[in-house]
Amino acid sequence: MLSIENLSIRFGDTFAVKDLSLQVSAGERVALVGESGSGKSVTALSILKLVGSAQTSGRIMLAGSDILKKSEPELRRLRGRDVAMIFQEPMTALNPLFTIGQQIGESLRLHEGLDRRDAHARGIQLLARTGIPEPERRINSFPHQLSGGQRQRAMIAMALACRPKLLLADEPTTALDVTVRKQIIELLLELQEEEAAARGMAILLITHDLNLVRRFAQRVAVMEKGVLVESAPTEQLFTAPQHPYTKRLLDSEPQRDIEPVPRNAKPVLEVSGLAVDYHKPAVGWRQMFKKNSFRALHDINFELRRGETLGVVGESGSGKSTLASAVLGLQYASEGEIHIDGRALAGLHTSKQKRALYAQMQVVFQDPYGSLSPRMTIEQVIGEGLAMHRPDMDATARRARIVELLQEVGLPGNVLQRYPHEFSGGQRQRIAIARALAVEPEMLVLDEPTSALDVSIQQQVLRLLTRLQKKYNLSYLFITHDLAVMRAMAHRVMVMKDGRVIESGATEDIMSAPSHPYTRALLEASMLS
Amino acid sequence: MSDSIDIPVKSGAPMAAVTHPVESSISPGRRIWLRFKSNRLGYWSFIIFMVIFIFSLGAELIANDRPLVVRYDGHWYFPIVKTYAETTFGGDFPTNANYLDPYIVKNLTAGDNFAIYTPNHYHYDTLNYFAPVPNPAPPSAANWLGTDQFGRDIFSRLLYGFRVSVLFGIALTLSGTVLGILAGALQGYFGGRTDLIGQRLIEIWSSLPDLYLLIIFASIFEPTLFLLFILLSLFGWIGLSDYVRGEFLRNRSLDYVRAARTMGLSHWQVIWRHVLPNSLTPVITFLPFRMSAAILALTSLDFLGLGVPPPTPSLGELLAEGKNNLDAWWISVTTFTVLVVTLLLLTFMGDALRNALDKKLSDASLSGGGK
Repeated sequence: MLSIENLSIRFGDTFAVKDLSLQVSAGERVALVGESGSGKSVTALSILKLVGSAQTSGRIMLAGSDILKKSEPELRRLRGRDVAMIFQEPMTALNPLFTIGQQIGESLRLHEGLDRRDAHARGIQLLARTGIPEPERRINSFPHQLSGGQRQRAMIAMALACRPKLLLADEPTTALDVTVRKQIIELLLELQEEEAAARGMAILLITHDLNLVRRFAQRVAVMEKGVLVESAPTEQLFTAPQHPYTKRLLDSEPQRDIEPVPRNAKPVLEVSGLAVDYHKPAVGWRQMFKKNSFRALHDINFELRRGETLGVVGESGSGKSTLASAVLGLQYASEGEIHIDGRALAGLHTSKQKRALYAQMQVVFQDPYGSLSPRMTIEQVIGEGLAMHRPDMDATARRARIVELLQEVGLPGNVLQRYPHEFSGGQRQRIAIARALAVEPEMLVLDEPTSALDVSIQQQVLRLLTRLQKKYNLSYLFITHDLAVMRAMAHRVMVMKDGRVIESGATEDIMSAPSHPYTRALLEASMLS
Repeated sequence: MSDSIDIPVKSGAPMAAVTHPVESSISPGRRIWLRFKSNRLGYWSFIIFMVIFIFSLGAELIANDRPLVVRYDGHWYFPIVKTYAETTFGGDFPTNANYLDPYIVKNLTAGDNFAIYTPNHYHYDTLNYFAPVPNPAPPSAANWLGTDQFGRDIFSRLLYGFRVSVLFGIALTLSGTVLGILAGALQGYFGGRTDLIGQRLIEIWSSLPDLYLLIIFASIFEPTLFLLFILLSLFGWIGLSDYVRGEFLRNRSLDYVRAARTMGLSHWQVIWRHVLPNSLTPVITFLPFRMSAAILALTSLDFLGLGVPPPTPSLGELLAEGKNNLDAWWISVTTFTVLVVTLLLLTFMGDALRNALDKKLSDASLSGGGK
């Protein structure tokens, strides 16, 4: 039904997509897989001819006519009716000023000429079909009144409104929590089977998530740097990948390669009875006199030993990042105590004591783009901590140490005078790790260090972290929502939900025999093989 | 180790594991300058403005009623730096020499004597008692742009007036920027209670009617340039502090600031090294616009007679004179032209600067598209 022939898309001199050919037949579920920058999203957008300022060549045949040759009015009739799209982030893809009913109704009235009342009735049907509870009430909700999963369901309802022949799903689950993710995928599968039987609707799924592909797609096309390197039925691709890039992608499941913690290892971090409150602004003048608060963490107890990795797992809003902030002293603890190397964090008042403590623990954040100041050279970024904690070093010794640190994290020493924007995400994360190592800490707080990275890069960074742990006997407080990463990295796991620890224990035990139903749901939803 | 395989650095030479040659790359500040330079209109506006400004700084060497050098009776004199009595050059009275007096001029050119004048022979406050035409006089070889109603040279007054305006503008911009950054930074970085109290104080302060205060102060005190500077500075920082506060609020929650705090840096170090450099975009963007606003403010006050006292050269005072002497077109037309050109140059510079600092534009031109 859809046939892309020799499609090339160019921005200036750089090819985003090069000579791509791909067929999707009616009723088929095809996945387009690749890492960021592989051109998969551009390919999807070009099917709707929504790529601005690009030179396009080749043909995109949809039901026998070439989309690239169509005029703008013809394309407008096609968009939303024959081809519909679901975006990654439903919060930004939905207009915040209209109710979801108005937004679903819009395409119905446009393409099918329904009046307001009919469109409203159809909207309720569609919402009911996508599994939104109380569709009669929800249809009048604004996007911000819905949860992330409900917003994505509303997006799907909108996309299905005019019974498209082809549904483009661009990372439809990436922005969602794992448990919600699973529900959305099941919904998409169910709807597609239904629609395929009735009208032959096909889905082109764009994603980087291989677990998702395996579960969802019938056929997979793999893209690397704008080129389609391999295309095969799902089972065949997963069991016998042909292209080396596909093999590398499939191999990028994190491997467990950590050493057991010695029995007598001393604790580096002890947390007992920790609770954190956030102030919630009261309404109007009351905020001047009264404080509203919201408890983000309840009674957290744990200890982290030298050379050990403690994994903290939870969905968004579970309080895992608040825990990291509290341990780092960035967030005031309302109750409880944090001891680092036996010294209480709260008891420190002089800046000298604090500085000594900060040399013991460092942090690596999730977003490699936000964690390095864009106006500092790599030398300044890494050297800042050295200048602070090692006043005995002169400029030459400091530079030598920085070069050594860079080589430790797998970067050449000649990048000292460069700025962060010249590096890729993985390289920036290495720089952030080098910065953390500069002050020779005993413990690193790793706040989703690999979540923003592509799978193959993710694995390199994880390997680096494992190697550094072995070499320096580091302790990691590893915060993540990714159970595959957790399984590979952590000695012990702590599962968090709504600010409480609901289960903790050795990684193997939790993974093989979770006792809490939420942990079980989480494990099942993350679709680990 | 296998984990050190990575995608090569986006731009630059192949990554060999060499440690010695340190590759340097263009700093963000320099990139902004290069982008600014690539905007021809803004860049040339900057050049022209700087040339005019530097000329006006040396106004004493261009328009002055004292000669640069005098050779009189075998002695050297330097009237431009030293005051001589009229008797030195054969005059009758021990008053300061008037080098435009035909009698003195005759003495200075008699025999071997000579005097080197500046290109324009009038200081901004020189009254030409020996003018052949009644004042205001139209442009002539002596008074290039004519004279005003008191017989003062328009060119000279414009030159000095431009200098005063620009220097005043620079001073006001600097003070407003420093105060604005200070107020915005404190509120934005510490947030919470500091921010709440600061914002209320600013709201009260900004609702004071500054123009009336100015008029009242101008009637109590003798209005001087310094007093005007103080009064305008008191109110000039409010708008900017809001922008800086916003940038600080955004930047302080970014990961690199949190990482810096985990490093053990003090608040002052975090502000100075991490937050401030990344919060300067609105400050730099507004610089030329703030300057033209400052120049315009001074001009308006002078035009209304609330500004600097006579005989300080001022564009606003010239405009007022032009209004009073509509038949003397050379007063208003020339002043108006100078004012418009100055403001236009500043606006072009401001536009270019804004484009140079605009992340979206620069990213598009650097990456050539994509996501």
